[in-house]
Amino acid sequence: MIESSSSPGTFRLGRLLIIATVVGVAAIAFAYTAGWLSPQRLTPKKIVAGLAPPGGPALGHRRNHAKGICFTGTFEANGAGSSLSKARVFVPGQYPVVGRFNLATADPNAADAMVRVRGIGIQITTPDGQEWRSAMIDAPIFPVSTPQGFYELLTASGSKDPDAMKNFIAAHPEFTTFLGWAKTAPWTGSYAEERYNSLNSFLFVDSMGATHPIRWSLVPTAQPLAISPDELAKRGPDVLEQEITQRVAASPQRWKLVVTVANPSDPTADPNKAWPPDRRTVEVGTLTVQQIEPERDGPCLNINYDPTVLPSGITTSDDPFPAARSAAYSRSYNSRTAEASHYPGTETGAKQ
Amino acid sequence: MTTSRTRFTAPQRLLHWLMAICILSMLFIGVGMVSTITPKYLTLVQIHKPLGIAILVLALIRLVLRIIYGAPALPADLSEPIKLAANLSQYIFYALMICMPLIGWGMLSAASYPVVLFGSVHLPSILPVSPSLHTLLWRAHYCLAFAFFAFILMHVAAILFHKLIRNDGVFEAMAPVLTRNRSK
Repeated sequence: MIESSSSPGTFRLGRLLIIATVVGVAAIAFAYTAGWLSPQRLTPKKIVAGLAPPGGPALGHRRNHAKGICFTGTFEANGAGSSLSKARVFVPGQYPVVGRFNLATADPNAADAMVRVRGIGIQITTPDGQEWRSAMIDAPIFPVSTPQGFYELLTASGSKDPDAMKNFIAAHPEFTTFLGWAKTAPWTGSYAEERYNSLNSFLFVDSMGATHPIRWSLVPTAQPLAISPDELAKRGPDVLEQEITQRVAASPQRWKLVVTVANPSDPTADPNKAWPPDRRTVEVGTLTVQQIEPERDGPCLNINYDPTVLPSGITTSDDPFPAARSAAYSRSYNSRTAEASHYPGTETGAKQ
Repeated sequence: MTTSRTRFTAPQRLLHWLMAICILSMLFIGVGMVSTITPKYLTLVQIHKPLGIAILVLALIRLVLRIIYGAPALPADLSEPIKLAANLSQYIFYALMICMPLIGWGMLSAASYPVVLFGSVHLPSILPVSPSLHTLLWRAHYCLAFAFFAFILMHVAAILFHKLIRNDGVFEAMAPVLTRNRSK
């Protein structure tokens, strides 16, 4: 017990001060944890705000990879993945997939020829209810090495300062590797002709509990045909969605899911660094896209292709991006679902 | 419902302090995780979900114990408004302890996220996928979390007032160990 050496009034005041201090310290600790006292903290809010074009985000749409189209299909595991991961999804069998082809742009109405990077989101569900979600892109490396670098890229791209990009590249020379790909790699005229890469490294956990750092790619069985962006532009602003719809209606489209296993010295924390091409690869199954559906009221609309939704047997690695992506995707999802009435023509949306 | 006991039963006291730790951790984890993009985010989310379900289970057990064993009477000299506030606050805490995990679970269900507890152990979806439901529940989860923390601060201030200013045995009713003789 606290003993008082002075008058009852002071005694009471002193104890009230103790109470106020306890409550105040707790409130400050809470505010600090929430980031309110750390304006420099890189939050999901900042990343998502950084993705928005100058006129603000397209309400009701994903904050990035906003233009896209849904598909359904299957993943057929051949069993080879089980040597690396105990995940149920690698046990031979066919598992349903809900996916989405997309363009890496914040503008859902962007013309196809204006967007360099294409992506795919897949959700594979196994009979035990576990899910594997992955969002991959056709670039062979990520533009930057760290989430902080990505935020600086967003800031520089949105800056009015004419030197912003120059300064950004000086600070992030790794971006030039990506620029090299963007400038020289051939374009194709179809989502079906793209190879999609996880870029991020994950860990496969085998049945003995051993971990294997890996990356994965969807390798198209369709032959890529190079076309120029000008030719693509002539085919129309939405040619990719029209083309994939017709193509899949004519025949299912397939990709091999190929897992690349890292050597011990390979960089797993930096998706800007490709692993040498001689690394061991394991073909673990085939993705078959059987039906295309418009995103509006489509099966992929309300799915967040969060790359950290992983089955038991796959975990994140020391690559910091999946966590950053998960945090930002979640914020994007919360925002867009709250704006569902702005998404044109959906069940809950305004008819526009 | 009150009892002639001057203290809560040992299982009730154990649950109170265990849940105090769980719930405070939960609230700090919650505000912390939504404000960071570092790998801590995933760790915090992975704790948040199973801990929330643990709190739900503990809260239901606690509710049953409360119905069975009741609570010690408040000091007779407390004013009626204070008694009302004290009783009301207990209803609010029980409501929050039970509703917050359910809202979180429902929110994940409405967003089509798998509710993974650990490894391959996951819970079924309890609501249909719906952007409007998700938004409603997400906002409720967010606002109620701050309300919960505010109520805890008030609770702490009130109990310290009972202990340090009034020294009337209310703190001792829930204290993990007996810190004073009730009969003053």
